[in-house]
Amino acid sequence: MNQHFDKRRERLNLFQALFTKPKTIKITEKELDFVVCPKCNKAIESSEVKKHISVCPQCDYHFPLTAFQRIDSIFDNGSFYEVYAKASSTGLNNFPDYLNKLTRYQKETSLNEAVVVGTAKLNDIKVAVAIMDSRFMMGSMGQVVGEKITRIIELAHRRKYPLIIFTASGGARMQEGIMSLMQMAKTSAALERFNQAGGFYLTVLTHPTTGGVSASFAMLGDIIMAEPQALIGFAGRRVIEKTVKEQLPDNFQTSEFLYEKGFVDQIVHRKDLRNKIYQCLMFHKEIK
Amino acid sequence: MFNVSQGDKVMNQISAWERVTIARNPNRPKSLDIIPLLFDHFFECAGDRHYGDDKALIGGIALFEGMPVTVLAQSKGRTLEENMRCNFGMLHPEGYRKALRLAQQAEKFNRPIITIVDTAGAYPGQMAEERGQAEAIAKNLQFFSQIKTPVITIVLSEGGSGGALALSVADRIYMFENAVYSILSPEGFASILWKDDSRVKEAAELLECTSYDLQNKGIVDWIIPESSDGFENDISFSVSLIKDQIRNDLLKLNKLKLNQLLDQRYEKFRKIGSKL
Repeated sequence: MNQHFDKRRERLNLFQALFTKPKTIKITEKELDFVVCPKCNKAIESSEVKKHISVCPQCDYHFPLTAFQRIDSIFDNGSFYEVYAKASSTGLNNFPDYLNKLTRYQKETSLNEAVVVGTAKLNDIKVAVAIMDSRFMMGSMGQVVGEKITRIIELAHRRKYPLIIFTASGGARMQEGIMSLMQMAKTSAALERFNQAGGFYLTVLTHPTTGGVSASFAMLGDIIMAEPQALIGFAGRRVIEKTVKEQLPDNFQTSEFLYEKGFVDQIVHRKDLRNKIYQCLMFHKEIK
Repeated sequence: MFNVSQGDKVMNQISAWERVTIARNPNRPKSLDIIPLLFDHFFECAGDRHYGDDKALIGGIALFEGMPVTVLAQSKGRTLEENMRCNFGMLHPEGYRKALRLAQQAEKFNRPIITIVDTAGAYPGQMAEERGQAEAIAKNLQFFSQIKTPVITIVLSEGGSGGALALSVADRIYMFENAVYSILSPEGFASILWKDDSRVKEAAELLECTSYDLQNKGIVDWIIPESSDGFENDISFSVSLIKDQIRNDLLKLNKLKLNQLLDQRYEKFRKIGSKL
């Protein structure tokens, strides 16, 4: 019964948030009218950036989006219904300072973990989605992130929804040790069952997608899209430079690099993302 | 049996870092040493059929007590020359794709698969990234999770990160008593966490990387006892125990209906950290 009320309260909060939330996107410094693009170093009016879904109008630099900005930019207005919002990693292990770190990130981001999962609609097509948020401990995957993703895969499987995951993660979460590593196997196994049942799975790789996340569910999409100039790879650049002392090309481990090497279907500009995703959903509409 | 339990008491007092050093001891037996002891008539199969052959992954078909099995073993090599050829056990995407190819073949012929894990991690290099290290590992995780034949994994010495996990999705995971298995090396962990490589001992403890830690977490099913004289001085002690265990487990796994086998394997990984 309580659970039932919690769910209703969550939904109510969501609706309230929709109407009360000021539609400004804070990108870097607080309350600045101008934002400096880290790529072209030009000062841009923040309203301009907002208008372009956090893309620099000068040089097309894609600013990172928070999970809820992403949801607003892709799905039908108000259609997102979050599940497992309260799940938190606090109290999972006694790694020094981990608890403090978690609570700090929870305050900073108003999220409980590095991934937001739920159902949504895109032009009235129902989908199951997971959106990672790189602000929360680099979007790293611990037990809770792995479990939320696994459960949303299983939900997509049960309800025969298409599944969309937006990745943004530094990889498995070091502080949770081997249990984090095992989330790679768990999520991949759930995806294989979804795959064998004929489910359609789309991944959108955003900056950054590396380590244990790239080496599991990120690379397993039936269709893989990437945002321009995102960092995507397995091993860290510094690790590679240190171990092999190789001179790495400038575009190494970017979306464009992966596209050229054949690991990404399309690089999609943020302004086209919604339409491209819709197109893919339409192709797989009849699949049950 | 007396020998083993006696060993247990002593071994439990060994610190995590000491186990790391035992696991990395150059004299410790390698895949190439134990394959001939576990299997007969090993027939090696090379190549991933896409790009090349990775010597860090030895693959092939062999007989286990008369039964054909597919063997997939990460190999560090025993001499410096072998080390170089095997890239110190660090696989390129070709290694993972070779494993996948041979696993699919094993599935076709209903051969059980025995994997041997011994790697510090997947190779971090430019070429490895270009050829899709992440994709190769991910595909293995996905495919092995529902492969329609029994899989048994033996963690020999070192299991490092996704590079080891890609060969550890199995129905049963055995781990040598002094082997270590972790998300990253104690050195890497210490340097990221404290920017200080020298605090490896603390790091090893925090990583919870020993066979006992992993058994407690329900990841490892059976700890392979090592002779109190040292594994390298009495390989046959451990090998005969492994043979007994594989025989028993294969008997059990082969009796299962296919959907039971797959459900059990799914559940084995599904339950890891499943509380919210």
